[in-house]
Amino acid sequence: MTATSESRSPSVDPTLEEVVETIDRHGNERTSLMHVLRDIQERHRCVSPGAQSLVAEVMGIPRVEVEGFVSFYSFLSEEPWGDIVIRVCDDVPDRMRGFERVLSAFREAVGVEVGRTSADGITLTTTASIGLSDQAPAALVNDVPVTELSTDKVHRIVEALRSHRDPKKLVTLLGDGNNAHPLVRSMVKNNLMHPGPLIFSPVSRGQAIRRATRVSPAEVIRQVKAARLRGRGGAGFPTGMKWEFTRASLGERKFVICNADEGEPGTFKDRVILTERPDRVFSGMTVAGYAIGAQEGIVYLRAEYQYLRAYLEAVLAQRRSDGLLGRDIVGRPGFHFDIRIQMGAGAYVCGEETALIRSCEGRAGEPLNRPPFPAEHGFLGCPTSVNNVETYCCIAKILEEGAAAFNEYGTPESAGTKVLSISGDCLKPGIYEVAFGITLHTMLEMCGAEDARAVQVGGPSGSLVGPTDFHRRICFNDLPTGGSMIVFGPDRDLLSVVYAFAEFFADESCGYCTPCRVGTQLILRYLERLRAGRAEASDIEELRRTARTMKTTSRCGLGSTACNPVLTSMERFPELYAPVDDHPDAYRRSFDLPRAVAEAERLSGRTSRGEHVEQGYHA
Amino acid sequence: MPDTFTFLMDGRSVVATAGQSILEAAEAGGIYVPRLCHKPGLVPWGACRICTVRMNDRPCAACTQPAVPGSVVENDTEELRAYRRTLVEMLFVEGNHFCMLCEKSGNCELQALAYRLGVTAPRAPYFFQARDIDASHPDIILDRNRCIQCARCIRTSKDLDGKNVFGFLGRGTAKRIGVNARVRLRDTEVDLTDLSLDACPVGALLRKREGFRVPVGDRLYDLEPIGSDIERNSP
Repeated sequence: MTATSESRSPSVDPTLEEVVETIDRHGNERTSLMHVLRDIQERHRCVSPGAQSLVAEVMGIPRVEVEGFVSFYSFLSEEPWGDIVIRVCDDVPDRMRGFERVLSAFREAVGVEVGRTSADGITLTTTASIGLSDQAPAALVNDVPVTELSTDKVHRIVEALRSHRDPKKLVTLLGDGNNAHPLVRSMVKNNLMHPGPLIFSPVSRGQAIRRATRVSPAEVIRQVKAARLRGRGGAGFPTGMKWEFTRASLGERKFVICNADEGEPGTFKDRVILTERPDRVFSGMTVAGYAIGAQEGIVYLRAEYQYLRAYLEAVLAQRRSDGLLGRDIVGRPGFHFDIRIQMGAGAYVCGEETALIRSCEGRAGEPLNRPPFPAEHGFLGCPTSVNNVETYCCIAKILEEGAAAFNEYGTPESAGTKVLSISGDCLKPGIYEVAFGITLHTMLEMCGAEDARAVQVGGPSGSLVGPTDFHRRICFNDLPTGGSMIVFGPDRDLLSVVYAFAEFFADESCGYCTPCRVGTQLILRYLERLRAGRAEASDIEELRRTARTMKTTSRCGLGSTACNPVLTSMERFPELYAPVDDHPDAYRRSFDLPRAVAEAERLSGRTSRGEHVEQGYHA
Repeated sequence: MPDTFTFLMDGRSVVATAGQSILEAAEAGGIYVPRLCHKPGLVPWGACRICTVRMNDRPCAACTQPAVPGSVVENDTEELRAYRRTLVEMLFVEGNHFCMLCEKSGNCELQALAYRLGVTAPRAPYFFQARDIDASHPDIILDRNRCIQCARCIRTSKDLDGKNVFGFLGRGTAKRIGVNARVRLRDTEVDLTDLSLDACPVGALLRKREGFRVPVGDRLYDLEPIGSDIERNSP
């Protein structure tokens, strides 16, 4: 290594003084663990075994729990990475737009395989959805999103990184709206194709809070219920009811948490909301604090959106100086509420509310058993209300203009609008805020995809539907969605889509419960056989049995929906699951002889000769 | 008894106290709900999902779900037995379980449950994952090949031994038992008197030099099916 690269990259092990200083800066509490380890990771390119021991000792946490934490989150690493980490997004919309080509170009340009680091300190890896499906293929270079990648662009990026080693300098053309804000300075585009009447309407800052504090907290909850607001993250639980439970729960401290960890493949709406309407999100959280009697708010921001953090912190600071956060908010004595940002570190499961709470508590993001529910026993054991970014916007809007104005839009069961993230085979991918109740037909017309073969509604944890279902409506009691809508054109190989989703869930399962941990892996194995043309009727039956067992017995929503790509495609596209014919001589086609003897060949150092092995029994 | 109530399990009336789980109440009434990660005295965990029952038609883990007055619970139905068989098979194919070579055979809850549920050969493909063995300690062996991620050792060490010898590392199918030291079990505060050493339902955590103290054939589940002790308490 040259002298310059040594000065650029400090030793992998921090000193004790440095660890103490980092911990002091964040506060020596378990809830600071994520930020402490993220800082160490950033500075030393890893959280080395030595660093883990020091953190454990200084914070008084069992070492095995620190190691468990580091090994759980994909943005933390025990092995040193380069000072530049390129994470190429391998989500389905990216695969549809040339991910393979782009990844090859990166391999060539950086000169290493995926998962490896070049001699000059560039690590190449892949990652799940980074919230840029509408401008795929995309990647993160450290925190900096790079979008609409082509092979040429990849070579230019790597060349530039090698000359200046500053990912921020990769941004030459700024995106629209607040993407060009001095604290964001990103090439990301909003692609706000259809801003609707509620979420993306102009914000009158502070109005929602002033209106809320003029009435009692109970009256605020009554208004939210009158608006028939249901959670926008996907589950659709009535927000007013959740607040009522949280308000009624006993506790000195209560918490309001904003789930800004949108990890569902194909979703990116919260990114655009946070970029363009952060004030509305924070207003909604503040109203929630007033309604349930909480003084502390937390935004759990996914690691992939780190590039928005400084900007969001500035918005929060502005609100503090405007009297919209802090003590005696809007001049109302005794109404204190503040918001802090808690970073994630790359784990889809943390979008599940109890896993998110665990993560905030400085633990691996494993979901909790319910009951008790967070409304009763949430963050640090205190009553907690976790709501989605978009839900908080709806709340602010309800307070700004009243419940009646809100449920002017939508259907009786699904009031208001829904922000859709549309990606895939369509002419105009991007953000569409539509009234609940529109049909898929209408949506496909809007985004320019009348010839679609299928739509993945609600992302992989939702359902895959075909043209016979395009008359159905986007709403809670027909086709519910958290916002992700991936369109597949007439020539798409749907089985490879199902497989890609299966890989995603296998990577993201937390591993706590048997059906999800093992089932996600089994699905992959059966689908591999199917794609190789080796699946027998019994394999298809086993696949179905595995998926149904996951659906019924999994511990949390990740496991019980991880089987949806298989189950819904089996139902609507049964032709994908055609088994091979029975072979007349009764050899099992699913048996792959060359593969079965490969390990033995490797160990014995010789190859098995003969056509029966080279070609398989039934070539 | 003022704060007791009843619910119905497979047509039988079961008495429960407030806060008691379905599994505990059933067990007290002599009904066996198959389970692996549950162990009396430990915090209910809800990981293996073998004890999945239907309460008022909704599936839930009997070990973590508090009993509800007047509820109707299904336990020993063909549907649930089928799920349980699948879950047991999943654990067999995920790990490397060679019963004929395992010291725990006959005392192993996974093996015993497979026999009780009628699992013969798993239909799913084996994973054959390479997993680490930690034989560093002079008297204890940790063989991750046989681990089913039930966390009984973790919970016992934490809650009963007052230590933190074990913990989970990683996620997904790479999830594994780690030890509270930089590398090896021998560097932890583990002690031969720790209750955690006897918490393992399978042969992942064993004391060395105790092989064949009880001959195969005379072991716990060689003599009667798992759950028989519970069912003997049936009123």
